[in-house]
Amino acid sequence: MSNVREFNTVPEGNPQVESPLAWSYRQHPVPGAGSQRAGVTLREKALLGHLVLRGGAIVLDEAVRQVLDMNLPAKPNALVFDDSGERSIQWLSPDEWLLIVPGGEECTLEHALREALGDAHFSIVNASGGQTVLSLSGENAREVLMKSISYDVHPSAFPVGKGVTTVFAKASVVLRRPSEAEWELVVRRSFADYCYRWLLDASSEYGVDLQQ
Amino acid sequence: MFHIFCPYCQEHREEEEFHARGQAHLMRPADPDNTSDEEWGDYLFFRNNPRGIHHEMWVHSVGCRKFFNITRNTVTYDILETYPMGEQPTITADSEKLRKEQGVQTADGGWQTVGAQPESKALNEETSS
Repeated sequence: MSNVREFNTVPEGNPQVESPLAWSYRQHPVPGAGSQRAGVTLREKALLGHLVLRGGAIVLDEAVRQVLDMNLPAKPNALVFDDSGERSIQWLSPDEWLLIVPGGEECTLEHALREALGDAHFSIVNASGGQTVLSLSGENAREVLMKSISYDVHPSAFPVGKGVTTVFAKASVVLRRPSEAEWELVVRRSFADYCYRWLLDASSEYGVDLQQ
Repeated sequence: MFHIFCPYCQEHREEEEFHARGQAHLMRPADPDNTSDEEWGDYLFFRNNPRGIHHEMWVHSVGCRKFFNITRNTVTYDILETYPMGEQPTITADSEKLRKEQGVQTADGGWQTVGAQPESKALNEETSS
């Protein structure tokens, strides 16, 4: 066991927490909300637990199997979910994976992974406070993405279970496809407002349904 | 715009995801304490600027954030191959010269570049025929 100091980034006593978009919701309400049909549904999956795992694929795979009962995706740009669909692991680079779990689990999970990995050469960073997940669905969701990113989002090039890091508008995002109907954007907290406003603007022609 | 094959992501990405980081295969002098000023200066400041085949280091800065190498023709801007760090290029100025002398043709329906065929090539052919 390494001598890394760990601490729970969620304070005791259930304090009030706000999503990175709390300010944006107040400042930029959806234009024409509730009026016509909504081609795009925008929803923030706020306050999830994000862990960035780095290290050799073999040792990390073993630890992840042991702790989470999930396989580490070895193929580039792959994304896997557990049976409940709440926990996901995504390939980011040959030695880097993004692990997203329900909020509040990340601290115990990080500890369990550190225990399982022991003295192996690895790093685990809790990035929960640094990024947030925006979910995009609806019949025009793909059109909105086509306007915003240069990556090919056609179903033949972007099947379910794929995730890439690419350029969205002028920010970098992790774009992933958990299911046929849904797209997820993992954005930096500091770019969350920008991406949110971009998405509102880009999807205004189809009608936006914002679910908070 | 270049359409660059990242050897780590194993697919083509837009140029805006990449940054060029200069000449590839620079070797730091093995024994810096006993290196002449001229050799050290060469290592630090002097770069090749060839007309034709050039090996460059690029970084997939918005994607996997890994460095890799590109063999590029500085005249035609053709990217001839991309390969991971630590590997040697299969196409060099010498091999290209040899190829020209022997008159070997590699052009194939517009995709002249090694490792640069779009994944959707089969798809394109299907729809066009």
